[in-house]
Amino acid sequence: MASTYTPIATTTLGSAAATITLSSIPSTYTDLVMVFRGNNDAGANRAGYIRFNSDSGTNYSYTLLQGDGSSAGSGRDSNIAQSFFANVLGADTVAITQIMNYANTTTNKTFLSRGNSASTVTQAIVGLWRSTSAINSITLSLNASNYASGTNVTLYGVKSA
Amino acid sequence: MPNTFVKIASVTVGAGGASTMSFTSIPSTYTDLLVKFSARSSQTGTDNSQANLTFNSSSSGYSDRLLYGRGSSASSASSATSYITWAGIVPAANATANTFSNSEIYVPNYAGSTNKSLSSDNVEENNSATDNFLTLLAGLWSNTSAITTLTLTCNGGNFVQYSTATLYGIKNS
Repeated sequence: MASTYTPIATTTLGSAAATITLSSIPSTYTDLVMVFRGNNDAGANRAGYIRFNSDSGTNYSYTLLQGDGSSAGSGRDSNIAQSFFANVLGADTVAITQIMNYANTTTNKTFLSRGNSASTVTQAIVGLWRSTSAINSITLSLNASNYASGTNVTLYGVKSA
Repeated sequence: MPNTFVKIASVTVGAGGASTMSFTSIPSTYTDLLVKFSARSSQTGTDNSQANLTFNSSSSGYSDRLLYGRGSSASSASSATSYITWAGIVPAANATANTFSNSEIYVPNYAGSTNKSLSSDNVEENNSATDNFLTLLAGLWSNTSAITTLTLTCNGGNFVQYSTATLYGIKNS
């Protein structure tokens, strides 16, 4: 059976780092799935950001739906230099991000992300990168902290055929 | 090229129903686990029943944070130090006939020596003004053991015939 769900890259931090970059992403798949499992080194709730192809222009926007255990809410931001993909707090943080049709060169790129921390929040995020470029790199960063040692990110390529 | 998204096992409930859908002897050779299940409960007197999840037959150490919508507003809830974690809402005896829920549970690093986090998405659409659910959940099993057994149970009644669950293993290399 042909494999249609293929690991492209995986990285586990040996020490704290401000960014995690997955580069040289081939254009041979249909969609991408990123699985994030990790923490920050601030010991406080931090926003996790995602940027494509190192584009720091204000070409990103997102809308989120979240529940913190007592109330549900929604928020968004527009024309920003990177998109939110999940809150990161505690070693139990897991985010699964699906980036559809990432290699096409005619449409802007949309992603869906599910951020999870059983101690803080569960979230669904839709993000947009207003670029028709094929995605060839992904960079993750945090608001005012580093990703903690042991943080693991794996990127899979999914083929439609 | 090796296949890195592999069906480990599948369960389909037969006539007479079943109190659980279980996967045992889960090998530790994958990186992550993914469970997809479609289910309905025989619980009487209600439209909905809760499906629960346990690992390794453990009855402690579960916590979760839940976001859900029922068609008019969204709400959030949480539990701590529970004996189970939530796996989703399933239709029960009063729900529209032949209607089943759909759910997906992702468990990263299930064989590692850290506590086990999970992400769960669940939907139940019942053609009803009030008894529909869309739920998103962050779950945690505070236990460092490798997961070798995964059990789905109904909070009330049994899983009815044609309820199904499939366990997949995903490798990162």
